[in-house]
Amino acid sequence: MNRSVSQKNIKLARNLVIVAVAMFGFGYALVPIYDVLCEWKWIERDRPDAIKQAKENAYEVDKNREVTVEFVASLNENTPMVFYAEIQKLKVHPGEYHTVNFHAENKTDKVINARAIHSYSPALVSSFVDTITCFCFDEQLFEPKEAKTLPVRFAVNPDMPPQYKTITLSYTFFDKTENQ
Amino acid sequence: MSAVVAEHDDHHDDHDHGPAKGILRWIITTNHKDIGTLYLLFALAMFFVGGSMAMIIRAELFEPGMQFVDPQFFNSMTTMHALVMVFGAVMPAFVGLANWMIPMMIGAPDMALPRMNNMSFWLLVAGVLMLASTLFMEGGAPAGGWTLYPPLVLQTGKAFPFAVFSVHLLGISSIMGAINIIATILNMRAPAMTLMKMPLFVWTWLITGFLLIAIMPVFAGAVTMLLTDKFFHTSFFDAAGGGDPVLYQHIFWFFGHPEVYVMILPTFGVASTIIPVFARKPLFGYSSMVYATASIAFLSFIVWAHHMFTVGMPLAGELYFMYATMLIAIPTGVKVFNWTATMWKGSMTFETPMLFSIAFVVLFTLGGFTGLMMSIAPVDFQYHDTYFIVAHFHYTLVPASVFILMAAGYYWLPKWTGHMYNEKIGQLHFWLSTVSVNILFFPQHFLGLAGMPRRIPDYAIQFADWNMISSIGGFIFGASQLLFLYIVIDTIRGGTGEKVTDEVWEDAHKHGLEWTLPSPVPYHTFTTPPAVIPTEHI
Repeated sequence: MNRSVSQKNIKLARNLVIVAVAMFGFGYALVPIYDVLCEWKWIERDRPDAIKQAKENAYEVDKNREVTVEFVASLNENTPMVFYAEIQKLKVHPGEYHTVNFHAENKTDKVINARAIHSYSPALVSSFVDTITCFCFDEQLFEPKEAKTLPVRFAVNPDMPPQYKTITLSYTFFDKTENQ
Repeated sequence: MSAVVAEHDDHHDDHDHGPAKGILRWIITTNHKDIGTLYLLFALAMFFVGGSMAMIIRAELFEPGMQFVDPQFFNSMTTMHALVMVFGAVMPAFVGLANWMIPMMIGAPDMALPRMNNMSFWLLVAGVLMLASTLFMEGGAPAGGWTLYPPLVLQTGKAFPFAVFSVHLLGISSIMGAINIIATILNMRAPAMTLMKMPLFVWTWLITGFLLIAIMPVFAGAVTMLLTDKFFHTSFFDAAGGGDPVLYQHIFWFFGHPEVYVMILPTFGVASTIIPVFARKPLFGYSSMVYATASIAFLSFIVWAHHMFTVGMPLAGELYFMYATMLIAIPTGVKVFNWTATMWKGSMTFETPMLFSIAFVVLFTLGGFTGLMMSIAPVDFQYHDTYFIVAHFHYTLVPASVFILMAAGYYWLPKWTGHMYNEKIGQLHFWLSTVSVNILFFPQHFLGLAGMPRRIPDYAIQFADWNMISSIGGFIFGASQLLFLYIVIDTIRGGTGEKVTDEVWEDAHKHGLEWTLPSPVPYHTFTTPPAVIPTEHI
């Protein structure tokens, strides 16, 4: 192989390595790109960190419709807690405010710092659920063996499309103690 | 040994030197033919390792209930079977074919960067060995599926960082291989070999090379994020820290969809090389084949989320990814049409390579049709994570990529070794494989439509019959591949004893430069570029 072809090869290989390194960076760039795209109005994706405290509005209660709201409480992996909703489901009229209590208990002799992540489904109507009070807004600190009653106050916006009859409000506690 | 320094040799006087003696020849070789042989033999070995894992899977699924292995190990088997077959068997086999054939097809003396070529092979071996070592670690091998989705994959035991590092090694190896192939094709062609005269195998590998350079680093990034999530308290995919597991799926499939085309584009290339020779006609629609390959490669980057229709994407996303995915059927249809048109009114003969190629055209198209079904977003909700998808991608991989690799073996073995393989056993291998592969995978369509989920060691009783049939097909298919192993060894050791001509197949010299060389091929070829380029393939 003559020297000029050899040099061309090495130059091309170097450029291709630069492309490969740039693509490694692109993989990381996808993280902020994803965050930005999820903020776009028309994408309306329900992000775990996107829950915001809603203001209590005086909705006109729609007595003609009834929506079943189900409550799911779960623990991530081996989070050493007991966690359940005091009722499993509730029939509500859109526009009405309700408070449902959850019960969470630390089973260990150590302090647990836990974070509840919400997930409302169907995802397309999750923006119609107004959450006024929720333990999922903040991290929760549990003293050893401490038990807490955690209220969730919410309303279903009467603007929610009528074909939706059932909504599930799910909360999962993640143990964040190690990460502190 | 002197061949090692050949790239610094200004004078074309290196053709006297043969390979180094003994085992060292294979370790330090920079000869494209030696490295091609290493890749192909390694891939063949991994084909049997991954195949043994599949046999364990099918044995466990032979009947409902738990028979042979515990669920954790079963899931390790599905995960490792996929990783070994993708990264250890199919991809290295095509890199091996590229190493062997591309310099000979374009009239080049060797690959552009011979020492990097050696390194990329040994990195592959290191990566696969590291991956295999996870089987013996505390907590077992990765068992969360080859897609390595968090949070499940983060529950892997001690093996987790080793699995991640083996992905890094395999990625670096593939990238180096791709860089080498691109540099060879762009810089090393004989002067008369213009781009639009290149055989399609070379074209498909040029495009595949760019795909690899674009996607392997993204996968490396994704698994690095998993690693830092697990050990360094980052929260890329950890919901408790504000991350999102769905983000991993987006990044993974940005890699993963082009990755499946990395395995199928060279398949198209080999099929387009073999079919014209046995149809005794030029390839129909050469330039449309080139453009179709490029279109498929481009589309592969913009359709990834069709693997994740059920994650709760917005409607606009579902619609976009649905229509974009359906577009792929157009260039793929062009290709299937061209292969069929090449055979149309050709003087066809049915030697083993042609048989495998025809089976590829038919069965790959079947796999493509189920792909079209799944591209329909609302329908995919039924198919998602069932045996229907398992049947789909195995149809596009086994009777497509693997069959074409078999075809390539039968087609070029006489050229490589100078010996003819046993045609009778070859055809027996073909018929056993083709019948059993359908017994193996076709019933999985029914299982999937009936709702059997993938990646489970036990299942409801109503799935029993089709699973048993599928397993029987699997055992026949697995056993039939021992015939291929026998034929490869037999051919290397002398085959039928029949003297093969330089062109091996009738009029093959019109279809490719490799058939103008002696059989077996000398250690060094095209030290001076050929002046005349056969153009029958255009």
